[in-house]
Amino acid sequence: MPKLIRLDQTGHTTLAEWTAADQAALDAAGVAFRRELDRGYFGIAALPDGTARQVRELPADAPTVILRRPIAGG
Amino acid sequence: MAAELTLDAGVAAGRSGPLPERASVPWRRPVDAVTLRRSARWWTLTTLAHTLPFLVAAPVLFVLRPVTAPIGIVLLIHAWAIPELYAARGAGVLRLRRHRSASAEQRAMLMLADLVDEPNRRLYSSTGLVTAPGRLGTWVLGEAGALLVRPGGRRVNCYCVRVPDAGLPAADRVAHLLLALRCDEPGFATVANLTFSGAAWRVRRRLRPEQRAALTAARARSAQLG
Repeated sequence: MPKLIRLDQTGHTTLAEWTAADQAALDAAGVAFRRELDRGYFGIAALPDGTARQVRELPADAPTVILRRPIAGG
Repeated sequence: MAAELTLDAGVAAGRSGPLPERASVPWRRPVDAVTLRRSARWWTLTTLAHTLPFLVAAPVLFVLRPVTAPIGIVLLIHAWAIPELYAARGAGVLRLRRHRSASAEQRAMLMLADLVDEPNRRLYSSTGLVTAPGRLGTWVLGEAGALLVRPGGRRVNCYCVRVPDAGLPAADRVAHLLLALRCDEPGFATVANLTFSGAAWRVRRRLRPEQRAALTAARARSAQLG
């Protein structure tokens, strides 16, 4: 089941889970995703082949979408 | 091991768009193999410029006035210490920090474990570091910095790069860097601050003993690329 996960101070938090058949769950995940983008998080789709992709919209087909904070040079 | 190979292909393929954080450093030229070679030469020249005067002055003084031998020894110590201090600064990017919440750390480790393969899970458990192959070389990622072992395995670039959130668990910090790297490797190297570029053996000596295994693994992989 695809998940929307936020990396945060608790370790990580699962914000939403959805299936392709459950439009309501997908919509709720989309709302949660946009809310976190507005808070300054970046969305990353972790793909099954071990790669990752920066995303601005919630990709319904990605198995895991991870929200991360911006990084910076120290 | 299979997951690591696919990651290699993904990073090299550059599937994702540029890292958004690049916008915070618009004055920096995007890092690529050419700029890395140029900065490596610059670091070597700078180190030579800092050490050669001491190396030359010591014997010259001794020839002119043998009584200055103690001063010559001090100069030679300077020549030895300067690159060592640079390397220590570079290795310092992998310094481990103290964290408060064990439960948060445990949850963060579960997340990180989902992102890496089995050898990296074991590596993280023993060193607090993970390795990630890329097009520019092999990366060693810590919670507040990264090493890039260039192809050939002899030169290492040390980068200070982190998530500016003091409350995040260590494994989450590593996961942040890993995800950013997988999205845009040149962007990741552009955003990060280069603190040292030089011989891998210099950096290795300055790492904690348990962390050296991560650098050894990255060097072995990069040696195959060279």
